[in-house]
Amino acid sequence: MIKRFFLFFLIALLTTGCGDNPLNNPYPVGDASKNILYSSFSSRPKHLDPTSSYSSNEILFNMQVYEPPLQYHFLKRPYQLIPLAASEMPKVTFYDKNDQPLPKTTPADEIAYSLYTITISKGVKYQPHPAFAKNEQGHYLYHHLTENDLHDKFELSDFKQQGSRELVAADYVYQLKRLAHPKIHSPLLGMMTEIIVGLEDYAKQLKVVYQKQIDKNAKKVFFFDLSQHDFEGVTLLGRYRYQIKVKGKYPQFIYWLAMSFFAAMPKEAEQFFNQPGMNEKNLSLDWYPVGTGPYMMAENNPNRRMVLVKNPNFHGEKYPLQGEESDEKRGFLNDTGKSLPFIEKAIYVLEKESIPYWNKFLQGYYDASGVSSDSFDQAIKVSTDGHIGLSSEMKNKGMELNTAVKSSTYYFGFNMLDSVVGGYSDKQRKLRQAISIAIDYEEHVSIFSNGRGIAAQSPLPPGIFGYVEGEKGINSVVYDWVNGRPQRKSIDEAKKLLIASGYPNGVSEKTGKPLILHFDATGSGPEDKARLDWMRKQFKKLNIQLIIRSTTYNRFQEKMREGKIQMFTWGWNADYPDPENFLFLLYGGNSKTKFKGENASNYMSKEFDELFDKMKNMDNGDERLAIIQQCLDVLRKDAPWAWGYHPKSFALHHQWYFNGKPNLMANNTLKYKRIAPVVRQTLRHSWNQPNWFPVILVLGILMFSLIPAIMSYRKRELKSN
Amino acid sequence: MLSYILRRFLYAIPILIGVNLITFTLFFVVNTPDDMARMHLGMKHVKQENIDKWKQNHGYDRPLLFNSEVSGLEKFSQTIFFEKSLSLFLFRFGNSDSGRDIGYDIKQRMWPSFLIALPTLLIGLMINITLALILALFRSTYIDYWGVVICIILISISSMFYIIGGQYLFGKILHLVPISGYEDGWMAIKFTILPVLIGVFSGIGSGTRIYRTLFLEEIEKDYVRTARAKGLSETLVLYRHVLRNALIPILTGVVVVLPTLFMGSLVMEAFFSIPGLGSYTIQAINEQDFSIVRSMVFLGAFLYIIGLLLTDIAYTVVDPRIRLS
Repeated sequence: MIKRFFLFFLIALLTTGCGDNPLNNPYPVGDASKNILYSSFSSRPKHLDPTSSYSSNEILFNMQVYEPPLQYHFLKRPYQLIPLAASEMPKVTFYDKNDQPLPKTTPADEIAYSLYTITISKGVKYQPHPAFAKNEQGHYLYHHLTENDLHDKFELSDFKQQGSRELVAADYVYQLKRLAHPKIHSPLLGMMTEIIVGLEDYAKQLKVVYQKQIDKNAKKVFFFDLSQHDFEGVTLLGRYRYQIKVKGKYPQFIYWLAMSFFAAMPKEAEQFFNQPGMNEKNLSLDWYPVGTGPYMMAENNPNRRMVLVKNPNFHGEKYPLQGEESDEKRGFLNDTGKSLPFIEKAIYVLEKESIPYWNKFLQGYYDASGVSSDSFDQAIKVSTDGHIGLSSEMKNKGMELNTAVKSSTYYFGFNMLDSVVGGYSDKQRKLRQAISIAIDYEEHVSIFSNGRGIAAQSPLPPGIFGYVEGEKGINSVVYDWVNGRPQRKSIDEAKKLLIASGYPNGVSEKTGKPLILHFDATGSGPEDKARLDWMRKQFKKLNIQLIIRSTTYNRFQEKMREGKIQMFTWGWNADYPDPENFLFLLYGGNSKTKFKGENASNYMSKEFDELFDKMKNMDNGDERLAIIQQCLDVLRKDAPWAWGYHPKSFALHHQWYFNGKPNLMANNTLKYKRIAPVVRQTLRHSWNQPNWFPVILVLGILMFSLIPAIMSYRKRELKSN
Repeated sequence: MLSYILRRFLYAIPILIGVNLITFTLFFVVNTPDDMARMHLGMKHVKQENIDKWKQNHGYDRPLLFNSEVSGLEKFSQTIFFEKSLSLFLFRFGNSDSGRDIGYDIKQRMWPSFLIALPTLLIGLMINITLALILALFRSTYIDYWGVVICIILISISSMFYIIGGQYLFGKILHLVPISGYEDGWMAIKFTILPVLIGVFSGIGSGTRIYRTLFLEEIEKDYVRTARAKGLSETLVLYRHVLRNALIPILTGVVVVLPTLFMGSLVMEAFFSIPGLGSYTIQAINEQDFSIVRSMVFLGAFLYIIGLLLTDIAYTVVDPRIRLS
């Protein structure tokens, strides 16, 4: 029996590693030359329902399947919206409170509501899905299943019949209503109730109706048909046209139309998944998206891997014809006009740790990778003049590097409600300004991010309207313009400000006691300790004693909500490329402590708020730019943040991977990617030749070392006999 | 024997309630239901209404342990603790906080864990016993001395070093096995060789040391002296007499861990991307998914109790002098 087992074991071992397939290849032999992209995910997506999904690891999948009306142009910068499912850009019309149309130039405060009319493309079809399957009589095959019918169904592929139908405007209307579904959690609902007319009341009304249906319905699971419940905020105008009613003027609404929250949802899908027994088998919209996009989810095993395959019903799209000036030179326009998508299948493998991912990437088993701190020195070479390039090892492998400053900001904030670092008096302002100079974020980026970031001049990162390059764009409170670049003011300048703030040499003029400040932080690992020590050192420059209060993230958030923190660091990733999405982080009405908003510093400046109110609804132009600059001037003077930095993304890819231009706004970029599988197979093979020699050597040494022991044993045996 | 087993099962109930209560208390000391909701809903644009709705839909809108708003027994039954715990005793784990069926996930994930843990245990056992016997055979010689030194060195090295070093050497440099990953069927062997090898190697130091001590203890006993006096060779003494008697504590020590082999290894599974129960638990802790955490702790405690019971039974099998009553 044991002999037989070992025989099987040996055969299995040999068959898994035989032939041309390298022994360390983690994929099946037959896939080696296929047009498959390999990537990974580290934590399983919680929601793939477009109403609930918001995290980057969820959108990564969702946006390849669902198609909202708009999308970001893949190549053009600054970021530009173009139609996706829509046949043209939405038509926006303004109305006064008497429902009279207003001209486009009407000031925002005179506009009662805006209507967004969206026309979608004709002839677009959904991916094949059992929810659409019908019998010969035209009745849905799988809409009236019992738990017994589901006993052998564990995946969508277990439903033998599949169907499809044309995408219609009603699907977009249906999805918009789902934001208010009592059973579904949309992170956007709270915010959208302030934007879409009637959504708040609709959510309340649905809650009541839903509860009644629960009371009436004997079954715990039932289909709650939203098409029976209309509301003012969204109107179906025809088979391919619908309209959204937005409160006042809110130009940023158009950006939301490029997110999966506003994609189409066929009613049949909800009906199919909301049957008893479905959820118990993990068959739900949260796990199996249903869309019209270039890909569809073929396998969803978040315990192991997720697979997207080409949607056979995809309506077709062409690779962009134009891009930035440098795109042609960088090869991003080589596929111009070709049909999308290029890749047949994308396999995302569960990879919990970054080190194995990186090593597999180097072996050619992943096509692209970011650059983590662990792998930075191996991958990147920084020259003495600060130029960033690939290391010779990466160059030899034919890799390419793409970098871009992210539309994010990591900032150091002061709690403006605090009696010491907060407040709006000249002295308090100067204390914050002094600290802003002392915290050397250039050094921080260099030490802790290997130079992958730029020190912030304001909340606005590069690429966002309002960000100004050069001397005009610097924060003159913290920087001087020297030799064509911003230079942080000297620590002596900071000390002067500290004297003016009433703390000469870090000692209070009033009490004669040393100034002690508190900084709340969440990390407790070795890297965090180094970071916190560095922060202490920055304050030491001003002779200010910094006390670090380490806490859990939950407790940290609680303290932030209660306004019990003096100083903190936090970050923000843009929802959309508009300055409003950054400056609202400092708007008084968004104070975290007072109004549970996103203004973590609780900064409240009448001047800033007025400017913000004026700017937020304006179209981009010189006037808006001027107001943004005024906003930034107020902020720089008041210094509610010590500004922090904007991180840079570093993306590496192999020579067989094409069109890797980073697009930090678009999430549906898989369709543009192209690989050369034959090149990949050849290089994988040459890079991964097994090396048995050291193993044989070690085994030989071990065997050899046994000889004295055997001799000694024999001697002893002979002696005892 | 039967009444003993039944009694032990009855003892298990208060133990499981206690374990469940401690898990519950520890979890909710660190995470409030509001924190859990925030974790699931994300950090951006989340309003209190969203949090309340999430709590209501997931059954976290009730008091934790005591409901003062109702009367009678409902004061205890209308609580999160009662509602979330009761079904566990029927092994109905319900859905995770993100909506997946926990029972289904456990069934899926227990086999990869088992596939690594069982060979690691068996191969490790064989190697450790063999090495310990060799050291015992050569006791008080340079082989024994250096063997113990090497064992101490092996014990002193962190398991993380073995994992990362193993991946680096066998996966990255020698290209003999995949660095990480997992596949079903026979392909699984390819992915489990390295974790098993590392698991065995990292356990050699401690295992060999313990077994060596057991063998040396046994060697000093009277029956061994008698065997030697009969003129048996040292090898026969060791293999025929010492090994058989020293196996009793070894075997009982192994039996206790057998049921928990399904529970997996937290670090190993994460590094090798093995979709087992160890990585399932650690992920649930990171995501503040209380439903999974309590299910896994309950299952772990239950399997451990089963293991202890099997140990007791194993004692009666290997040592006929012991009777359970």
